[in-house]
Amino acid sequence: MDWGLFTIQMLNGVQLGVLLFLLAAGLTLVFGIMDFVNLAHGSLYMMGAYFCATLVQLTDSFVLGVILALPLTALLGWLVELIVVRALYTHDHLDHVLATFGLILCFDTAVDFIWGPTGMAIPLPEILDSHIDLMGGHTFPVFRILIICTGLAVAGFLYVMVAHTRIGMLIRAGASNRTMVMALGVDIGKLFALVFAVGAALAGLAGMLIAPITEASIGMGNEIIIVAFVVIIIGGIGSIKGAFVAAMLVGLIDTMGRSFLDQLLKIFMSSESAETSAPALSAMAIYILMAMVLAFRPQGLFPPKVR
Amino acid sequence: MSGAFLEVRNLYKSYGGIAATDHVDLDVRQSELHAIIGPNGAGKTTLISQLSGEIDPDGGTIRFDGRDMTRTPAYKRSLLGLARSFQITSLMLDMTVLENVALAVQAHAGHSFRFWRAARKDPALTEPAMAALAAVGLQDRANDVAQAMSHGEHRQLEIAMALATKPVLLLLDEPMAGMGVEESKRMVEILRSLKGEKTMLLIEHDMDAVFALADRISVLVYGRVIATGTPEEIRGDEAVRRAYLGDEVA
Amino acid sequence: MTSLIRTGLPAYVMVAGLAFLALLPLLAEWVDNIFLIDLFMRLMILSIAAVGLNLILGYGGMVSFGHAAYLVIGAYAVGIPAYYDIYDGFLQFAIAIFASAAVALVTGAIALRTKGVYFIMITMAFAQMVYFTFVSIEEYGADDGLTINMRSEFAGLLDIEDNFTLYYFVLVSLIAVLGLVYRIVHSRFGMVISGAKGNERRMQAVGFPTYRYRLVCYVISGAICGYAGALLGNFTNFITPEMGDWVHSGELIFMVVLGGAGSLFGPVLGTAVFILLEEYLSRLTQYWHFPFGAMLILVVIFTRGGINGMFRWLGMKSGIGGRS
Repeated sequence: MDWGLFTIQMLNGVQLGVLLFLLAAGLTLVFGIMDFVNLAHGSLYMMGAYFCATLVQLTDSFVLGVILALPLTALLGWLVELIVVRALYTHDHLDHVLATFGLILCFDTAVDFIWGPTGMAIPLPEILDSHIDLMGGHTFPVFRILIICTGLAVAGFLYVMVAHTRIGMLIRAGASNRTMVMALGVDIGKLFALVFAVGAALAGLAGMLIAPITEASIGMGNEIIIVAFVVIIIGGIGSIKGAFVAAMLVGLIDTMGRSFLDQLLKIFMSSESAETSAPALSAMAIYILMAMVLAFRPQGLFPPKVR
Repeated sequence: MSGAFLEVRNLYKSYGGIAATDHVDLDVRQSELHAIIGPNGAGKTTLISQLSGEIDPDGGTIRFDGRDMTRTPAYKRSLLGLARSFQITSLMLDMTVLENVALAVQAHAGHSFRFWRAARKDPALTEPAMAALAAVGLQDRANDVAQAMSHGEHRQLEIAMALATKPVLLLLDEPMAGMGVEESKRMVEILRSLKGEKTMLLIEHDMDAVFALADRISVLVYGRVIATGTPEEIRGDEAVRRAYLGDEVA
Repeated sequence: MTSLIRTGLPAYVMVAGLAFLALLPLLAEWVDNIFLIDLFMRLMILSIAAVGLNLILGYGGMVSFGHAAYLVIGAYAVGIPAYYDIYDGFLQFAIAIFASAAVALVTGAIALRTKGVYFIMITMAFAQMVYFTFVSIEEYGADDGLTINMRSEFAGLLDIEDNFTLYYFVLVSLIAVLGLVYRIVHSRFGMVISGAKGNERRMQAVGFPTYRYRLVCYVISGAICGYAGALLGNFTNFITPEMGDWVHSGELIFMVVLGGAGSLFGPVLGTAVFILLEEYLSRLTQYWHFPFGAMLILVVIFTRGGINGMFRWLGMKSGIGGRS
């Protein structure tokens, strides 16, 4: 086993994990507190990336681009909540799925219209665009380390906010018992809008962080949003802690599976059949994990206490 | 073994450390109407849900007609002749009254993996269903959508559905809840007409109805049975007076 | 005729619609636009899938977000044998139906333990597994898909290599599936399915093991979609795993809901509106997804129960009628 490669893939798994966490955090709160299924959360991830790409072009600074794009994405989330989502709280989940499916079509087309069909690259400043040395002659991109650090910082910040502030108390209460929050005399509409906007900003941040690696492109959110849903269902809907643990789990299983599953399988079977079955199995691994969690622990790993 | 029709021993269920059913012993004899009374929160519905198989008890046994069915799923208990009505009206609201009852008949007419013949006009289903509706006086509402009926009629429909399963034991969870005086009277008449024919376990808050109908009464307080006896015995029981009836009946 | 009123639209509209579909190839020749045949063939095939989905979604209240997977399974049941030069249609369609049913049986057995959103998500997860399975099989083209050189052969009884014949084959299939679903939902089995949608707890209390009935319903629904997939494979001659993407599962749900879930012809109507609108808007502008998506949102917000519901809503507003 090449331990250098192993370390790199571990780091890549963690990096995917924190990105998924950024997406899942907003998704799980919106779902847990408002009981709203937002398929279009991935569109906010995409919009964040495009806002950032444009702003980086204008300002010539990646950091400035991110700082400016964050409030912009939050504002967009706030608008989406105000115009579309608010009208849907009283509807059932099927309606949520359909309407936000419509939102995805709208956002994807709007991006096509405004920015054109080809993707947008985000250039990085030189410091971020370099590599550090790992053991065994391997190197690892500085930018990916930045992603990991940012994600962990946001996770820490969210943890402190949810665990120790008044807003956080309301959010926790809302995730477990909505009527109680309303009984406390809180303006639930404002709380919802705030949570939705913050969730949008977090999703946008994830998009901004991935875009320098993959480019901002149309529909970039449509695949990862499904994985984010897998994360929040494994973690337990409404739980930030669950979202974090599940995001890491999913990130690591997915990345490690893709890199090492064939070697693992070769222990049990012929190398030929291992090589053919490994890609399928590793792509399915996280869905198998979710199906198992749902079959044995239908409320997820960390369900919010009372529902 | 007491040889009771329904024999509950040491039944226990707790939620978050609080016992909702606290080592309950209960015997229901064949053909009697056995009422369970108790203040709100005494665990009456929790008890009935364990008897009907919707909630699994944490401990204890339930024997029905000589066989242990502590862990038998709800649908099988129904097939064995145990029917329940719900405290909170529980119907297929978007179906007609007749369809609701016909489904109850159908459940006891062999398996339903029959994909081809139309069910709505099958006399094997509709005729017994109409009979059950007639027993509670709803035959004229057969083709109305259940949603469109009054609360009292919903309660009657609940009973009709239970009857349509041809039960030997009826578990009735507050059939008179939320009813007006007239409707309550009607329900008392319906239950009286079933007395002797069916064994019944009745949970009810309406004391007049309970004392008028019951052969025996058990008093449930905080999940425990504190007394069982004839209506006279219960009326005279000091513990019951103190714990529950107190100012109401004395 | 009460049962037909339950299907949403008056019977004569349905009959007229089917007559139109039957005459369409002649019409297409007359106006010299063969493309119309392809358009309506696609419409009918997706209608079959939507009718299949409606069986569990509309009548059974089970929102499966993964039914496009059965389309893919059905399509590959034609494509993979064809890859080995096996064109026996009876075999291919049998594989399509049984493979879909088998997958539905296994995934449904797990998924039906969950409820609500969890059910939506777990069906989607299983569909993703199917999708990734086909993506990862290099032999059958993986991402790039598989070309089907020849359509299914039915021992000389039927030559669907001819587009006209395939068209009528699809039309007859649609009518047969509609008839099948009609019988099922009005049968004892169907009553159990609708009862369990209305109140599963009550159904268990009166003596139905609802889980089994729901599972069988789920399997039938998957098999119908598998059949539609086999037709789709024949129709397109080129299949890719992308047909099973979750977006297409979402579209199928939309077709059902748009036309009115839980009505017999609703899914056909919904699919027709969906496909024709898609066709029309995409000719107007390359950005047609925007008005399309906006319309979706508006339909969801302002009507409940799709186009049928919208008619009913309008009818009630003007006091013409509607169900009280």
